Amino acid sequence: MRLAKKRPTDAPLLQVRDLSVVFPAQRGNPPLAAVKGVSFDIAPGQTLGLVGQSGSGKTTTGRAILQLQKVHQGSVELLGEDLTKMSSSNLRRMRRHMQFVLQNPYSSLHPRMTIAQTLTEPLRVHRSVPPSQMRERVAELLELVNMDPAVMHRYPNAFSGGQRQRIVIARALAVNPDFVVCDEPVSALDVRTQAQIVTLLRSLQDKLGLSYLFIAHDLAIVREVAHKVAVMFGGRIVEMGNASQVYDTPAHPYTQMLLNAVPIPDPIIQRKRLRLTPPEFRFSADEDHDGPCSHGENHVRTGTAPWHQIADGHGISCRYWPPTS
Amino acid sequence: MSTVRAMVDTAGSQNPPADKRQRLTNGQLLLGLGIAMLAVLIIVTVFAPLIAPFDPSKTSPNSLAGPSAQHWLGTDSIGRDVLSRLIVGGRTTLLITAVAVFLALAAGLVLGLLSGYLGGMVDEIIMRVLDVVFAFPVFLLAIAVVAALGPTVPNLILTIAIVYTPAMARVVRGPVLSVKEWDHVEAARSVGVSELRLVLRHVLPMVISPIVVATSLTLSHTIFTVTALSFLGLGPPPPDPNWGGMLSEARQFMELAPLTVVGPATAIVFATLTFIVLANGLREVLDVGSWR
Repeated sequence: MRLAKKRPTDAPLLQVRDLSVVFPAQRGNPPLAAVKGVSFDIAPGQTLGLVGQSGSGKTTTGRAILQLQKVHQGSVELLGEDLTKMSSSNLRRMRRHMQFVLQNPYSSLHPRMTIAQTLTEPLRVHRSVPPSQMRERVAELLELVNMDPAVMHRYPNAFSGGQRQRIVIARALAVNPDFVVCDEPVSALDVRTQAQIVTLLRSLQDKLGLSYLFIAHDLAIVREVAHKVAVMFGGRIVEMGNASQVYDTPAHPYTQMLLNAVPIPDPIIQRKRLRLTPPEFRFSADEDHDGPCSHGENHVRTGTAPWHQIADGHGISCRYWPPTS
Repeated sequence: MSTVRAMVDTAGSQNPPADKRQRLTNGQLLLGLGIAMLAVLIIVTVFAPLIAPFDPSKTSPNSLAGPSAQHWLGTDSIGRDVLSRLIVGGRTTLLITAVAVFLALAAGLVLGLLSGYLGGMVDEIIMRVLDVVFAFPVFLLAIAVVAALGPTVPNLILTIAIVYTPAMARVVRGPVLSVKEWDHVEAARSVGVSELRLVLRHVLPMVISPIVVATSLTLSHTIFTVTALSFLGLGPPPPDPNWGGMLSEARQFMELAPLTVVGPATAIVFATLTFIVLANGLREVLDVGSWR
């Protein structure tokens, strides 16, 4: 649809290559590389789930893709255009193709703007709807996220967390984007509401052909929504593949540990598991050491990326392996 | 950060209408008192010529008279009615104050928003320059400017505006620094909202309450400064009355006609107090808390 029509249909919608983000040194702390050489593609209508523990660089990756965070290195191509090299006015124009759903629905809505004002803002910015049809479009958006259009003149404080998140999603959809970054979109909500929002996001994807980058730490939810899954650790993607590949045959020790940490809903087995001391993983942070990696390849000498394909569409990084393996 | 957030969120957001039977809070009482005092001040200032019983510049042989039915506060050294001069003189003093604070607020708002929002080098440069201005004692700076340019009303206004700009800019900059990182600002940025609109529509409304309180406090400081400068002879030239000038003239005859001093002094205290009460009331009601 839209711009995508001109391009070959098998081309990815979003192409991230070697993306790095470095936070500058501050008050005596050295510069911090939060994201290191992350690469992935997202096809139209597909969801990439990005999982990992806190501080692994998931959110920073999402913000860097949306150019809300200065990119140190690498490229982010959306619809064939490199966002990292764009002027700020072109970038603002490009924002109608990519949108953002933030984690906390209590803070991501302007408290003194009515729902209608919040939802018309993107329409006004991108002049996508003539002023006479704004009201109609706002009502349509609210209906799209299963809300009563009659509430459009209320302020955010009149709504619950789940309702607010629906409004946030409606705002993201206002300009008919192709791609939405969902940064932990349900982790601030209670479990029942989580399920509703996940269902809503999935139905919107079917209806509108959206692509998502779905950032979460909840592995079960990611499995629910993602076609492909990337596991992040220490700013790198350590494993990426189809959801079933990563969940059923995890290959990187970190992924295995992450999946093992999920509690089993059987008290007897779970108690037994807890009694065992958890395996102590120390992931060596060897960056570019000269020598064979855990797969016996010397990347410094061969000049290849530290990435190993183990099955069709399923790859792992040879970084962060425990020194023993 | 969290205190700023709390302060701003509760400020003026649609609280449920208070139960009528419920007792008014201290803040609401203070604010009501402040508004009433301000109303008195404004009415007297606006309708001064109508309220004043005599022409404030008209002299009479009856000098330094005590209070009488005709002259409620007596007359000054050349027989002018003190009450009339007080009422009309308030115009000059309060006008200078209001215009000066308005200018300081406008400049402080622009500089504070620029400094806080853009950050980095812009912030450094603006704040360091303002620090230099801030470092000058108020009266020294005022005396220097007025001495160099002459004691006219515009010069006085300009001086006071310059003196109070750094304080206003700081009050604006502080909350802007944290508000600009809030989620709803980032959300708006990701939607594609322009920087100008981000500042004016998404950042500024969140920092209004501390600015309102600071403005009210600055008004009370400024009244004091204006009268003090006038007292020192740096205010608007005679014969037009103003509170500081009246105080200065009456000082010599304090023992003969104490009311000529008490009158303007009371007026100055009343006006200063008005804005302090108002600021405290606003602070409580807008829940600015420990800000400033």
